[in-house]
Amino acid sequence: MALLEARGIAKRFGGIAALGDVSLTIGDGEIYGLIGPNGAGKTTFFNCLTGLYRHDAGSFHLAGTLLDTASPDRVVKRGIARTFQNIRLFAGLSVLENVMVGRHARSQAGALGAVLRTRAFQAEEAAVRNRALELLGYVGLAARRDEPARSLSYGDQRRLEIARALATDPRLLALDEPAAGMNATETQVLRQLLERIRADGVTLLLIEHDVKLVMGLCDRLAVLDFGQLVVEGTPDIVRRDPAVIAAYLGAGTEEAA
Amino acid sequence: MRLLSAGGRGVSSWSQPAARRMRFARTVLVVLGLALLPFVLDALAGRAWVRIADVALIYAMLAIGLNLVVGFAGLLDLGYVAFFAVGAYAYGLLASPHFGVHVSFLVLLPLGAIAAALFGVLLGSPTLKLRGDYLAIVTLGFGEIIRIFLNNLNQPVNITNGPQGVTLIDPLSLAGFSFGKSHTVLGVTVAPVHAYFYLLVALVALSILVARRLQLSRIGRAWAAIREDETAARAMGIDTRNLKLLAFGLGASFGGVAGGLFAAVQGFVSPESFTLQESIMILCMVVLGGMGHVAGVVLGAIVLTALPEALRVVGPLQKAAFGHVWIDPADLRMMLFGLALVVMMRWRPAGMWPSPGLRSSAASGPAAAAAAVPLPGEAPQSLAPRARGGPDGAA
Amino acid sequence: MDIFIQQLVNGLVLGSIYALVALGYTMVYGILGLINFAHGDLVMVGALSGLALLKGALGAGLPLPIALGLAALGAVCLCGALGVLMERIAYRPLRRAPKLAPLITAIGVSILIEYGAAMIWSKQYLALPPVIQSTTWQVAGAAVTDLQVSIVLLALVLMAGLLWLIRATPLGVAMRATEQNAEVAGLMGIDTHRVIAITFLIGSALAALAGIMVLLYYGVAHYFMGFMLGLKAFTAAVLGGIGSVPGAMLGGLLLGLIESLASGYVGDLTGGVFGSNYRDVFAFIVLIVVLVLRPVGLLGTASGERA
Repeated sequence: MALLEARGIAKRFGGIAALGDVSLTIGDGEIYGLIGPNGAGKTTFFNCLTGLYRHDAGSFHLAGTLLDTASPDRVVKRGIARTFQNIRLFAGLSVLENVMVGRHARSQAGALGAVLRTRAFQAEEAAVRNRALELLGYVGLAARRDEPARSLSYGDQRRLEIARALATDPRLLALDEPAAGMNATETQVLRQLLERIRADGVTLLLIEHDVKLVMGLCDRLAVLDFGQLVVEGTPDIVRRDPAVIAAYLGAGTEEAA
Repeated sequence: MRLLSAGGRGVSSWSQPAARRMRFARTVLVVLGLALLPFVLDALAGRAWVRIADVALIYAMLAIGLNLVVGFAGLLDLGYVAFFAVGAYAYGLLASPHFGVHVSFLVLLPLGAIAAALFGVLLGSPTLKLRGDYLAIVTLGFGEIIRIFLNNLNQPVNITNGPQGVTLIDPLSLAGFSFGKSHTVLGVTVAPVHAYFYLLVALVALSILVARRLQLSRIGRAWAAIREDETAARAMGIDTRNLKLLAFGLGASFGGVAGGLFAAVQGFVSPESFTLQESIMILCMVVLGGMGHVAGVVLGAIVLTALPEALRVVGPLQKAAFGHVWIDPADLRMMLFGLALVVMMRWRPAGMWPSPGLRSSAASGPAAAAAAVPLPGEAPQSLAPRARGGPDGAA
Repeated sequence: MDIFIQQLVNGLVLGSIYALVALGYTMVYGILGLINFAHGDLVMVGALSGLALLKGALGAGLPLPIALGLAALGAVCLCGALGVLMERIAYRPLRRAPKLAPLITAIGVSILIEYGAAMIWSKQYLALPPVIQSTTWQVAGAAVTDLQVSIVLLALVLMAGLLWLIRATPLGVAMRATEQNAEVAGLMGIDTHRVIAITFLIGSALAALAGIMVLLYYGVAHYFMGFMLGLKAFTAAVLGGIGSVPGAMLGGLLLGLIESLASGYVGDLTGGVFGSNYRDVFAFIVLIVVLVLRPVGLLGTASGERA
């Protein structure tokens, strides 16, 4: 069954078509990779999907219903969460608070409840906190919960960003280059984490340059080049596609090395 | 106090009764000290200083309100005094002989808060969806515009009484107790300034409580997230526009209440009290005190209210030294404010008394900076996205 | 009709001045993304220092044109130095700081300049000695002075010069490159610090000349005059599209015309309820309307938010 369906997504910046008519389908429970050379439109696709950009044409359907991408918070409420290519944590907040912010869309407390410290507020606050602690345990950062996010190592920051995204209870988790800048060991740990997240019922969409990681991890892949979908399919199909070899892998292998 | 207490309920390893006793003793001491303070000030420094203390408390409320906007949500409001003016005129016009109506302050203070919040929302809704600097300049303009209206709305219908302002404003009175008269309690004469002092202390305490509780909540976390990285906040499902409006409106309502109190304590209001210089001074209280730190901004308010009084000696000193007053103490104060803003941002952005736990956005190092302009010499992310980031990779 | 033409003329003069000041805002904003709140105060420094120099030169017996030229030159140098200094001391160290820091610094710098000027030149309104004898012509029923014509012409020449500088010289290329992407410009061998300093220098020099124009046109100068003027010039920059140099010129001229016509007619239109004492309000209304309807301004382009 398809969890996410993108139909004819197009986005232009001025005269340049960053995305032209991209359609793809992500199955429920899949790990789906989005690859392509720099500037191919992968992050633009993410930004359109998560409501940071408004696409010019096309539509997204989540579990069969139209996804309203008019504002990012609606996308999050529908169950899509993301991370960023250049890690965007709330650097001055604590590790725990970062994850607690992720619970925002799944909690209700307003200003009045906060000021009056109503029973409902306190119960919700405790639940938010517990869930956040749970997620920190899940990604292995529980011990560092009170440190400011900026003091974490690079790999830990990536994992914190994933925990924060998971806090929104996503059905689809979109990761923008989660392994960028990681060494082999860190990448291995990340890979295990991603597989565990999938096993726990979250569908994964990831942009990644690390060809080895992508080929080994993803069930299916889509290759973008110049804003166009070149090919979509299993890693084996993609690997053998001549257009892919020309467009991406040829240029990408040295990068991935 | 940390933003988040380290342990949940019952997890604390501290001996709880001892800690509770300490806290109780501290509270008793603070309450006693505050109860005696107006009389001590009266005896040692004179009644004028009790008045100054009252004014300082009103400024403390303003600073707490502005801190909601600047410190918590990271929005720069350069015309905050406009909301103060709205509250003051709402009170002054509806509790004075000007229109011949005398509405109770129990109605007028909330009304002032609502009116100010309404103005805040009106002003914020077109600007808050844009880059933060637009808000700064729009509020800067609004602060001046409101003064133009206050000055000129005495014709064709006399609403504000123009530059003369509104006089003979009712003092607060509650259940037969008027704050405007002296009372004798157990042989002690309590002058209006003393009575107002207690009322204002109570209201400032309430403001601190409200601000702290907001900060330590889902709303406060969302504000902090917006302050740290607005795009990431949106991607986490935060409706940034509404939350910014909420911060702006709530902040304004503090200004509205403070304005009502100012009108009642002072007995008159005129456009002169609501100048740009006032807005700057309140901003200085927040910046110097410590953006985002409630106790810090209260301290900032007290210090900066007392400062001009201390600077008064500068006039005679100059006369003695140079034979004439070279720089007016009031101008010297503004110069110091300007200098302080520049110096603090450069060397101590977290303020004199920063939040002890987690530092506010302005305090964060380059790692947190979502600088609009990338720096020369910095690794260009767009060219080498796979460049290995250090621990400060969250650029 | 006469009033209309007259307001048109007045608006054109006012608009030329706004445009010159708006250029400073828009250039700095384009390159640094910073609203330099202190920019309006440079106009004030230009006017006050120009006045002092003019009085001094005339007192020394110099003929008016030379005295005026010296005053303008002195004001330009002073403001240029002040602008560069302000960038170097206050803004440059904050390039990597969170967004609030430079804004707060800018407002601090503005206060320092205002009260510094108050210390030097007092807080009085200082009048220009009656040295300028202007000739008045009747054009289509409106009175036009040679001073007005010179202001508009000089402003046009300066703007044309600036456009040429930006479009056709190596310095202009460096400025545009830095505006597009400072890091890459730096990698290409452009000394971006220098380019930014020069941007401040040019903006400040234009502000100084605008100050001289205001001084000659209104005949008075005051330590706080830069505040409202700065606010309006900023509005002009937003109206035209902040970051766009032609936009600032267009926005300045438009705002001058709007303000002039509005304050000329609003009294009649509202039956005297709102008079010209609300003239400062119009610019503000324009600002709000632009921000609501077209925040990128008339000639601005939306730059996509980078995630």
